[in-house]
Amino acid sequence: MSKRIDVKDLNVYYSKFLAVEDVNINIEARSVTAFIGPSGCGKSTFLRTLNRMHEVIPGARVEGEVLLDGDNLYDSAVDPVTVRSQIGMVFQRPNPFPTMSIRDNVLAGVKLNNRRISKSDADALVEKSLRGANLWNEVKDRLARPGSGLSGGQQQRLCIARAIAVSPEVILMDEPCSALDPISTLAIEDLINDLKSEYTVVIVTHNMQQAARVSEKTAFFNIAGTGKPGKLIEYGNTTDIFNVPSEKATEDYVSGRFG
Amino acid sequence: MANATLTPRRSQLTKGKLPNWAMWAVLAGALILGAAVAALVGFSIISWAIFSAVFFIIAGTAVTGVAEGGRKARNRLALFLIYGAFIVALLPLLSVIWTVLERGVPGLSYNFLFTSMNGVTGAIDNESVAEGTPVLGGAYHAIVGTLQITLWATLISVPIGLLAAVYLVEYSTGGSLARAITFFVDVMTGIPSIVAGLFAAALFGQLFGPGTRTGFVAAVALSVLMIPVVVRSTEEMLKIVPNELREAAYALGVRKWRTITKVVVPTAISGIASGVTLAIARVIGETAPILVTAGFASSINWNVFGDWMSTLPTFIYYQILTPTSPTATDPSTQRAWAAALVLIIMVMLLNLVARLIARLFAPKTSR
Ligand SMILES: Nc1ncnc2c1ncn2[C@@H]1O[C@H](COP(=O)(O)OP(=O)(O)OP(=O)(O)O)[C@@H](O)[C@H]1O
Ligand SMILES: [Mg+2]
Repeated sequence: MSKRIDVKDLNVYYSKFLAVEDVNINIEARSVTAFIGPSGCGKSTFLRTLNRMHEVIPGARVEGEVLLDGDNLYDSAVDPVTVRSQIGMVFQRPNPFPTMSIRDNVLAGVKLNNRRISKSDADALVEKSLRGANLWNEVKDRLARPGSGLSGGQQQRLCIARAIAVSPEVILMDEPCSALDPISTLAIEDLINDLKSEYTVVIVTHNMQQAARVSEKTAFFNIAGTGKPGKLIEYGNTTDIFNVPSEKATEDYVSGRFG
Repeated sequence: MANATLTPRRSQLTKGKLPNWAMWAVLAGALILGAAVAALVGFSIISWAIFSAVFFIIAGTAVTGVAEGGRKARNRLALFLIYGAFIVALLPLLSVIWTVLERGVPGLSYNFLFTSMNGVTGAIDNESVAEGTPVLGGAYHAIVGTLQITLWATLISVPIGLLAAVYLVEYSTGGSLARAITFFVDVMTGIPSIVAGLFAAALFGQLFGPGTRTGFVAAVALSVLMIPVVVRSTEEMLKIVPNELREAAYALGVRKWRTITKVVVPTAISGIASGVTLAIARVIGETAPILVTAGFASSINWNVFGDWMSTLPTFIYYQILTPTSPTATDPSTQRAWAAALVLIIMVMLLNLVARLIARLFAPKTSR
């Protein structure tokens, strides 16, 4: 498991509006990569192009290539559903399925696809995924209860469990902690640290300390002004980005002297 | 503050506020005054209620205004008016239910529910009036017809309506097809029911020869009336399913149609179910389109594809308009009211079932 992603000359459009311009980036397998940058610079937009999730927005399209271990996601023969089953995603707001129990939420990827699974396999998968998401001990006695009855932080970890239950190669996270308290945030950061032994993780965050704590590599995105496209300014080892950035804009942003 | 020790201490927070019993006192006064004035113009419960209400609103507002100030008075006036509007809106409903119960219950019997009008003639009715024996004949055939025709109408319109709504919300991108569907649905909502009946009659007349009248033709007529309601309500329900749930499913590698059938529709199912119930309740009482499509029958017919059928509304219509015995109309009137009661009970049961469905499938939010 776990594959690398290479992006070549990627432009992302919303209809005519060029939102992200000319991104080239190589994301290592089994590592954590953080995307940072000011609001509106296109981090979410770019992240969503990595598993073709942006296609659900009418008018959104891309130019360029995204290679998953060498295979272009945007090849005309590629089914976006296949892409998404290999590249999972965790969203900014926890979104467990309200009609399903905790257990069914974890099994959603299997059940919604009508894949047959024996009861014992299902139990094992639920336990493994919930343990993987650091949630097992909190919910093991109430697996049949609705997922929406958990706290926000627990819901977010449930969403992570749901994402890893389909054993993806890559997990994309868009500000997964922005709705959480510091303790839940820490739990999720620990979890991200554990995840990188098996998965490639890409995380968008507004929290510099978080980027510094969890990631090996950091990409800084910036935007020249409203209506202008967002660009990848600098990409490198996290320690370098935070300590010896080569671009002035990066230095200003990470030291809080932005704008 | 010498008297603070004598009387129980009054909270500073409730200073200048009328005690709780004040409005009851005003109400009692208004009732007495209302009775007096009503007696002047000719006493009746209704005139008493109207005068008392008027006095109560005026006096209650005035007392509040003097004791608590203008803002409180306006607040109280608005409160009275809102409660008043609520009561006025409720009265016709209660009065309908009361009347139907009062007149329908005497006619309701096992015999009424499980026999048809087959063989019940004017002579039999005359006899039961003359000898005071129970009224014979019942609405079994009409109950069967109502259930059958409504069931078939539902079977036709729910899939069509549901799929149309799914198309509009999940697939269309606001193109001309979507706009055309929305337009025609809007137009269909306003079609008079008799026109829908004529349309179905004409359609089947063209296909199977003139005068084709069966329960199924009636079901088609009713579905013309039902489909727009189902489309509209389902559309609204699907629209409020948060996009995040769809994205969550897509991100797990779930196909779009599976996302719709297993995530979107189940999330909205309780709303859809109540929409469908409303649509059924809308057509179950239709009379005119049934008359021109299913004709009228006085014996039991289970087959919607052959022969005429009657439903509870057409049964009521004929019992009132052409009583079985022209000289002794009481048995027919009694049967009509009993049938009306059965119809209301059916609609209520339907609501209950819809609520159960909603409860069963509703998103589980309990902690
Ligand atoms: N659905 C959409 N349709 C049109 N334009 C959009 C859409 N979503 C985002 N944009 C535009 O694309 C640009 C980048 O937005 P994006 O959401 O990717 O920013 P972001 O970096 O994730 O910001 P934040 O940190 O606030 O989440 C913005 O100018 C935004 O207005
Ligand atoms: Mg964002």
